[in-house]
Amino acid sequence: MKTKTQSKPEIKNSPGFLFYLKRDWQLYALIVFPLLFAIVFKFLPMLGLSIAFLDYKPIRGFSGSEFIGLKVFKEIFTSKDFFVSLRNTLVLNLLDLAAGFPAPIILAILLNEITCKWYKKLTQTVLYLPHFLSWVIIAGLAYQLFSPQSGYVNILLQRLGGEAIPFLTEKYHWAASYILIGVWQSMGWGTIIYLAAITSISGDLYEAATVDGAGRWRKIWNITLPCIKPTIVVMLIMALGRIMGSNFERPYTLSNPMVTEFSDVIATYVYRMGLQQNRYNIATAVGLFQSLVGVVLVLLADKFSKLIGEDGIV
Amino acid sequence: MKIKKSAGDIIADIIIYIFIGLLALICIIPLIHVLAVSVSGDAEVYANNVWLLPKSFNLDAYKIVINDPSMMRSLVYTIFITVLFTALGMFLTICAAYALSRDRLKGKKVFNVLLIITMYFSAGVIPEYLLIDRLNLLDTTASLVLPLAFSAYNMIILRTAMLALPKSLEEAAQIDGCNDFRILVQIMLPLCVPTLATLTLFYAVGRWNAFQDALYYIQSDELKPLQYKLYNLVNASGSTGALSQESGGAQQQSAEVVKSATIMFATIPIVIVYPFVQRYFVSGVMIGAVKG
Repeated sequence: MKTKTQSKPEIKNSPGFLFYLKRDWQLYALIVFPLLFAIVFKFLPMLGLSIAFLDYKPIRGFSGSEFIGLKVFKEIFTSKDFFVSLRNTLVLNLLDLAAGFPAPIILAILLNEITCKWYKKLTQTVLYLPHFLSWVIIAGLAYQLFSPQSGYVNILLQRLGGEAIPFLTEKYHWAASYILIGVWQSMGWGTIIYLAAITSISGDLYEAATVDGAGRWRKIWNITLPCIKPTIVVMLIMALGRIMGSNFERPYTLSNPMVTEFSDVIATYVYRMGLQQNRYNIATAVGLFQSLVGVVLVLLADKFSKLIGEDGIV
Repeated sequence: MKIKKSAGDIIADIIIYIFIGLLALICIIPLIHVLAVSVSGDAEVYANNVWLLPKSFNLDAYKIVINDPSMMRSLVYTIFITVLFTALGMFLTICAAYALSRDRLKGKKVFNVLLIITMYFSAGVIPEYLLIDRLNLLDTTASLVLPLAFSAYNMIILRTAMLALPKSLEEAAQIDGCNDFRILVQIMLPLCVPTLATLTLFYAVGRWNAFQDALYYIQSDELKPLQYKLYNLVNASGSTGALSQESGGAQQQSAEVVKSATIMFATIPIVIVYPFVQRYFVSGVMIGAVKG
């Protein structure tokens, strides 16, 4: 224990926490609310992760449950359902990346070529719109349009002499529809970040290129793309970091009993195991596995990003 | 500097305009189709005659939706939680963004890390469910408002916007004797209006559209947000949807029309609000937002 006489000069040299608290109490008063929310609703649940190592049953509670080590994980890693959901998560996410990542870049470059102001504004407004629709609504629209008997797209196809396509009821078609609906939803909104990057390119570059006789495609290829490359790289790395993640609402609303073999992803598996079958420890362990792999991927992506000289993301 | 366009350039222009126009059409056509179905006669819909223009126009389906007391109550309730959630979310976001944009805040790094971690690591569905259970919040309005109210992502966007403001403004205010609260309310917030407008829309649309948490936490019918009710309705097999039973009569297809009207009913509020905020998007949000 320090005595009063000892601590006094110390405060003068490097002021203690109380000094800052007094000086900046208003800032601390502000930060305390969001911190409280983060602690209660994000960090407190982490205590519940212990369920993954317990023989947990809701009636028994935490204290009445026995510690069983990694037994739950062993059960998961021998479960066929888990591997199906893991495979679907990865495959759907990779397909999403392959189709959904380049789309906004191309679209942004094309939008930038449009010089007619009202046309650009109008199309942008419409292209952003799907991002603001809920997955419930999007799934509702999709089933209205694509169902085999009454969906209008199939009716049009049949009137044109084609055959009805089981867009949402046959698993391979479903996977393709799932990806394309995702592109449809996110393509327009995704352009914003690239449009912001493109507008920050100096006009001098384009003028100089024009003087040198470069055509439109030369300018896109040799100026626009290189200038937005840093943005592309950061976005790509962030997307790779999310490859294990899974949205719940999109597969849940778009799936139907005929395609569960492809549509069951980790998020829906966790929901089924946890909240429908009350296998809390299994669902918690799967969630923990997914979160951990996700964090490792994000950190790796961040390291890699810094390694190649781009800004980090964490 | 203008240079005359060559014929090839003009053709390329035309192709780009048409291509973008087509994509925009693809984005809007599903909504127009459902809108057309929702205001068409049952028989015409049944005969698959309705594509983008309504046939035998009527608003019966909307009357059914509006006259359904549980639907209207759900609409009012969803507006209520959306307003509450958005207000709380904006409050927390502004608090965190301002405090973390001040260099002199001791412990800034720690706070920052604590808040950013929530973006990348979550305990998962079950631990969160058990927490809500422990807090006795299952099946309450609070379970739809509190847990998701703070978004680290939105905080980063606002903090970036605040950091982009010239430091001299704040210094001048400090010399004039302004404290932090006044600097925040009278200087920072008015200058961040585009960002604030956009983030408000993000929170509001997020709450309006989400049904995952309601699916997990809510049992009582009167606490179900609109999207949850819509999900149950759209997923109800065939004509057994709650609403179409009341409409009686011409089952399956009448259900189709009512379904379309319900989808529009849940979409229209967004379509109305969205254009007002849309002009702020590029200027207000994304510049520099990629970085953590």
